[in-house]
Amino acid sequence: MTELKRIIKAGFVNFTRSGIISWAAVLVVTITLTVITTIILLNAVLHSSLNQIKDKVDVTIYFTVGAPENKILSLKESLQNLPEVQQVSYVSAEEALKLFRDRHQNDYPTIQALDEIKDNPLGAYLNVKAKEVSQYESIANFLKSDNALVLGSASIIDKVNYNQNKTVIDRLNNIISGAQKLGFLITLILVIISIVITFNTIRLAIYISREEIGVMRLVGASKMRVRGPFMVEGAIYGVIATIVTLILFFPATIYLGKTMTNFLGLNIYDYYVSNLFQISVIVLLSGVLLGIFSSFIAARKYLNK
Amino acid sequence: MIYFNNVSKIYGKDSVALNDVTLTITTGEFVSIVGHSGAGKTTLVKMILADEVPTNGTVFFESINVPKLKNKDLTKLRRRIGVVFQDFKLLPNKTAYENIAFAMEAVGKTNEEIESDVPHVLELVDLRSKMFHFPNQMSGGEQQRLAIARAIINQPELIIADEPTGNLDAVNTYEIVQILKKINDLGTTVILTTHNRGVIDSIGKRVVTMEKGKIIRDDKSGKYVI
Repeated sequence: MTELKRIIKAGFVNFTRSGIISWAAVLVVTITLTVITTIILLNAVLHSSLNQIKDKVDVTIYFTVGAPENKILSLKESLQNLPEVQQVSYVSAEEALKLFRDRHQNDYPTIQALDEIKDNPLGAYLNVKAKEVSQYESIANFLKSDNALVLGSASIIDKVNYNQNKTVIDRLNNIISGAQKLGFLITLILVIISIVITFNTIRLAIYISREEIGVMRLVGASKMRVRGPFMVEGAIYGVIATIVTLILFFPATIYLGKTMTNFLGLNIYDYYVSNLFQISVIVLLSGVLLGIFSSFIAARKYLNK
Repeated sequence: MIYFNNVSKIYGKDSVALNDVTLTITTGEFVSIVGHSGAGKTTLVKMILADEVPTNGTVFFESINVPKLKNKDLTKLRRRIGVVFQDFKLLPNKTAYENIAFAMEAVGKTNEEIESDVPHVLELVDLRSKMFHFPNQMSGGEQQRLAIARAIINQPELIIADEPTGNLDAVNTYEIVQILKKINDLGTTVILTTHNRGVIDSIGKRVVTMEKGKIIRDDKSGKYVI
């Protein structure tokens, strides 16, 4: 216990006495944590944009005119029971007509032609939204299959617009999975680069003390007694860098929130503030662990003498 | 207390630091190891600390086979030995007080012991007034006295002083030698390496003379011969 207290105290004393070297290390850790925070926010932007795009994709099943409503509703029910389906909305023939009239209210010839017919020429339709863009194909296959649930519906289905949308959906699917993979790759590379830079900076800070480490060992200090203060120093770098990073992101996100919300499709500031706790935990853990781990490894080199 | 048996240290074909050295040092002795630079004095004393490992032969500290020590036991051994170097090897980021306190912390002394012993030992080497100075605020002689204070604070069984006067003027050299003699008078074994003739002649105790990695003379109360 005394040992631990002494190690922690020595860590703090070393931090203040190392002066500019300590602050250089804090600066580098801050840069690393800024990269990590930026990546968290960029991921949120990417995610929300992709969700918005995904939301615009759906499949519509058009029914023949006069198809009995109970059959349509039972098909709706069986569709809703599919694990891939998120939502099915039913638009009856009358509603379809009303929507059509609303859409064409300024198009006089069309409305007139509609009035001439008297009967409703439009069929009902079901609007199906899948949970994932990639699942539309299996929903389309479900409708084509001889599944007992679908049996008897084939006669009332006029057309399913999946095939028209197929190329668009497929391309979108590729873009989304590509964007996610690329995002992950870039994240990984950036994180690795910043960790390596931080590690080297801390190594350099400890390299300056290499003779001191040798002297401490000669005086008879245990490995932990020598290494401990460096690890405490590493943790201090992490904590200070976390505080600096989190404060820096307030003005940055306020600015982005004011100017870029429409472009990004998400108010970064709102996102940052509402997720501040999780972000703080991630950033703090990354900073502190990075500091401690780098110091541990860097000091090891000069300890084994 | 210390036994070197046919110890050799070979760095490369043309670089032999020690060549078949056999030497015994008994408890309470004051042994001066003399010789020109590169004679192997420092290599020899470093082996007692396991700071160097022999290529051949064995080094014993009492019944401990030093080169074979595991890390943990090595720490224990080093706590029984106080070391003074030519370049002082003080901790530059610590004050005089903290330098000595660190050596006491290393062996697990309590805060109370540290608080009472450190001022006392600084008094002994006449550094009481420099207690809160950093090494770079002290003269060479003061730094070396601080290094000696650190070496003796844990009452070691052996003091190794490797060229302790190499960087000092005559007055400071004399002071350091007097302190080492006093330590030896109190019963601690002292090993001193030096190439300073005046130092050896003023001590008048056992002198081991080395040349090119070999012991060429061993006199009970010798003088500097080469």
